[in-house]
Amino acid sequence: MTRDERPLHAVPWTVWAALIAALCAQIAWRVAQAPAAPSAADLPPAPSAQALRLASFGEPGMLARLTMLYLQAFDYSGTNASPYGRLDYARLTGWLEAILELDPRSEYPLFAAARVYAEGPDPARTRIALDFVYREFFADPDHRWPWLAHAAILAKHRLHDLPLARRYAAAIDHYTKSPNVPLWAKQMEIFILEDMNELEAARILLGGLLESGAIKDPGEANYMRLQLEDLERRLGAKRTR
Amino acid sequence: MPAAILARLALMEARRGGLAWLAFIALVLGLGVAGFLSQLALTESRMLQAAVVAALLRVCAVFFVAGQVVASVRREIDDRRLELALSLPLSRTAQYLGRLAGFVALGLLLAAIFAIPMLLWAPPLAVACWALSLACELALVAAAALFFAMSLASLVPALAATIGLYLLARSVSAMQAIAAGPLAVDSLPQELAGHALSAVALLLPALDRATRTEWLLYGAPDAHSFALGISGVLVYGALLAAAGVFDFRRRAA
Repeated sequence: MTRDERPLHAVPWTVWAALIAALCAQIAWRVAQAPAAPSAADLPPAPSAQALRLASFGEPGMLARLTMLYLQAFDYSGTNASPYGRLDYARLTGWLEAILELDPRSEYPLFAAARVYAEGPDPARTRIALDFVYREFFADPDHRWPWLAHAAILAKHRLHDLPLARRYAAAIDHYTKSPNVPLWAKQMEIFILEDMNELEAARILLGGLLESGAIKDPGEANYMRLQLEDLERRLGAKRTR
Repeated sequence: MPAAILARLALMEARRGGLAWLAFIALVLGLGVAGFLSQLALTESRMLQAAVVAALLRVCAVFFVAGQVVASVRREIDDRRLELALSLPLSRTAQYLGRLAGFVALGLLLAAIFAIPMLLWAPPLAVACWALSLACELALVAAAALFFAMSLASLVPALAATIGLYLLARSVSAMQAIAAGPLAVDSLPQELAGHALSAVALLLPALDRATRTEWLLYGAPDAHSFALGISGVLVYGALLAAAGVFDFRRRAA
């Protein structure tokens, strides 16, 4: 690992100067060309799952998760008042579909669709995200029901579309077969029809998910608790107005 | 056993060349990148860390073994030390396999070291399966690198051939799936290309079935699929070793 070297002063000053100047130029260039946060318009069309699989060189689980992080960065920067509000949701769900096909056992795309992208203020975009969750639910109902349960609550309270919420709730009841699916989830339709507000419904859902062990990741549980607190604040502010 | 001396020399050369430091840097880098990315993840942060570190360490291990084998053998040939070795009272087969045993042991060591951090995120059985599979995969890479370093004339083509073989072996299944997919045009050239791809796949190891990161994410594989994956890698390793011995016995000097 070692090699014979001449002392530093053996290097001519012109070489020193050239090295320092080149280093300064490189740093200045990078500072001037600092990348901006990707905007909504930068989101390219989704690649096919097969193309992603080829690019993963046999590591689909790793690429699926890294692609989720890449996707998350679009239209989300510190100064953005309405994150993801300008994204093309048709493209977005294309990406989510490709990622889910790459690693069907990953819950990240469904989590993002139900808990992040469907939570935006635009009902049309929310509907697209919820529709994605509903479509993908049928591929593995026994594992994907928590996202459809949340979709049912959003359909009722955000979209005020009771038939849609009941359709989602009924799908959980009809298509889940595993004994691990809790009874309250299978009876979601009754829960949707009850006259409770969004906060109560969200509290019951989060409590039930935590109790049933459906949420394993501490970061995810924390994110959902923060969402609940945010909802509490927003509803509290509405009431005081 | 004289061939064991050659194996020991291969290990000593790797140690003196600073491979241990490189492995340590790869470990630190992997953990750093995983820690950074996990801060960005909203869910599955542990899975993200396991997947990224596993993929990164796997690539590093393959590159280290391939680079070490090719550089070591090419240096031996260029310094004419190989000619000296051939004059020793030791069969060419024993010489070739002795060197290969040293490089395989190096892969085994790297696999064991790189498996340790995976215990942070995955159960021990899954990590053991991953490590054993990685050791077999590195043995195959060592056999391929030794074969190409002995048979090709210089370092860059040998290294490129080894890495090319490895990448092709890892992605050929995805290529076959694309060729047979519903979007494939039903025409004669397409059909011929599909058959050509299948023929190429027959000559490659099924590396996509070995050292799967999903074992670390979703639990250890069942014994049957694990044995199938490992056996495929070992069979191809044996093929490369046999081809290498064959070529080495024909070598003029």
